[in-house]
Amino acid sequence: MNIGVQLLQYTLSGITIGSIYAMVAIGFNIIYNSTGIINLAQGDFVMLGGMAAVYFHNSLHIPLLLSGFFAITIVTCIGILFERVAISSLKNPSIITLIIITIAASILFKGGAMFIWGKDAYVLPSFSGDKPIMFFGATILPQTIWILGFLGLIVAALMAFFRFSIVGKAMKACSYNKRAASIVGINVNKMVMISFALSACIGGIAGVIVTPIALAHYDRGSLLGLKGFGTAVMGGLGNMGGAVAAGLIIGLLESYSAGLLSSGYKDAVALVILLMVLYFRPGGIFGKKEIESLKTY
Amino acid sequence: MLKMKNLFKTSFSKAGLTFIVSVILMAILRNPYYVGILIFLGINIIITIGLSLLMGYAGQISLGQAAFFGIGAYATGVLTTKLHMPIIFSFPLSLLLTVTVAFIIGIPTLRLKGHYLAMATLGLGEIVFIVFNELLTLTGGPSGFGNIPLIKIFGVELDSDYKYYIFVWAIVSLILFLSLNIINSRFGRALKAIHKAETESATLGINTFRLKLYIFVLSAGYASIAGFLYAHYITFLSPGTFSLGFSIVLVTMVAVGGMENIWGAIIGTTVLTVLPEYLRFFKDYDILIYGVILMTIMLLRPEGLYGIKIPLRKILSARN
Repeated sequence: MNIGVQLLQYTLSGITIGSIYAMVAIGFNIIYNSTGIINLAQGDFVMLGGMAAVYFHNSLHIPLLLSGFFAITIVTCIGILFERVAISSLKNPSIITLIIITIAASILFKGGAMFIWGKDAYVLPSFSGDKPIMFFGATILPQTIWILGFLGLIVAALMAFFRFSIVGKAMKACSYNKRAASIVGINVNKMVMISFALSACIGGIAGVIVTPIALAHYDRGSLLGLKGFGTAVMGGLGNMGGAVAAGLIIGLLESYSAGLLSSGYKDAVALVILLMVLYFRPGGIFGKKEIESLKTY
Repeated sequence: MLKMKNLFKTSFSKAGLTFIVSVILMAILRNPYYVGILIFLGINIIITIGLSLLMGYAGQISLGQAAFFGIGAYATGVLTTKLHMPIIFSFPLSLLLTVTVAFIIGIPTLRLKGHYLAMATLGLGEIVFIVFNELLTLTGGPSGFGNIPLIKIFGVELDSDYKYYIFVWAIVSLILFLSLNIINSRFGRALKAIHKAETESATLGINTFRLKLYIFVLSAGYASIAGFLYAHYITFLSPGTFSLGFSIVLVTMVAVGGMENIWGAIIGTTVLTVLPEYLRFFKDYDILIYGVILMTIMLLRPEGLYGIKIPLRKILSARN
């Protein structure tokens, strides 16, 4: 295999993994926009989606697509439950309390998954076979195309939702100014709940579609969440398009460094990027510095 | 009588009392298994006292404290086994290394606030964890390395759990003494001011950034000392001990006990270190139970266990 084909191969796998980071980042953004909270359990939604789909398909022998649908529904419900029980009941919480509550949720999800499914790693069959597609000498797994398709679908659906639907517009209003939104009759409390539902749903989708190429394991959420957060910050917190672009950049850098430098340090790449962005461009690489100073972290 | 009361209010007597109580506890228990657990408790308490200063007093969060614990442990472990350095030198060197690392990464990191600070420390902790796994020649990678020598003080080798127990709890008491004094100093009051209102303290002339950095470095130093004690007790190190999960357990301990108070950290650490040993079920599903406890405390009593008044008199009178 010559170096050109090899690079193409790394590019393809970088885009695949980057799409997953982008989906996690979009989940962070939706909750951040409506509440100002960074949900540290975001990665665990992905883990739960994967685990639940594996359970429905491998243990209960429900057809794959239906299993995925059930899994996504369950994760969405968990997101709603989490918001109702732990977030909406708080009265004037400090940021440190909020951080610890989402950590508690993350530990609970992780512990619950370990309690139910044990410490093994599971795999889900690909949606449309494992026969690789040749592409200029490099190979693409059919699942990669599913992942890219779903990312495109999610982004398009969200854009339409926030632009055209009344609920989406109301959520957008909340992200600009909560008090003003509530004065014009928007039920802010309900919008926060919907944002958790939406964000958990996207996490669940990411979990279901990535499990055929990456194993599902109860402890996988934290690192994924951290990388997804890095992606969200790099793209500018709250910025949907930025999240997709940043996801692809981080995925590509990670894939190139794993292939060309050392696979052991591949996880460190995304984390070093996260730190560099936080230190030097906390408003994201696409954002303007003035916008950043207006935000509450 | 009044004088006696005041005597117990000094940090010296509080720390001294802690030491005496711990020694009496050992004399009562006289069981190597329990003594072993209490050694771990002492090591955990050293870290969480530092974390409590950082979280409760300075209002900053660190989700990467296990990394400093690990740097302290690995530094002394590598220096004594690979370079055959005496412990009397490896201890200050490991402490110096941790404190330097904390200082250097603290400068950019503590300029961040809230969620960004939490995520940055989480990322730093994970990077250190990856380095422990990948620096094969020094750390032995994922399988770790052993044969770390025991500590010898004044010719006495700390070869039994009882001797080590006394050594660990003497250090816990020293750290407690130091920390109580810090809280009651000008420095400690400035820290509390930062926690309550950062902008206002800055306008009063408090250099908020420098104070936060100092306390961050101090808490890293405590974690390093704990790492030193851990390495020379277990005599074997592997990266798993210093993972992201342990950082989160440490924050859980402080939050469960109560962030606003050093004694809260001690209570939380005691509950979450001792409880798993008593409940067999707990041990296999520890993270699930940690999650349940943390969530319950944060929702029902966000200020933590510290200061809950047990209505003892009512219970007793009800019985009669």
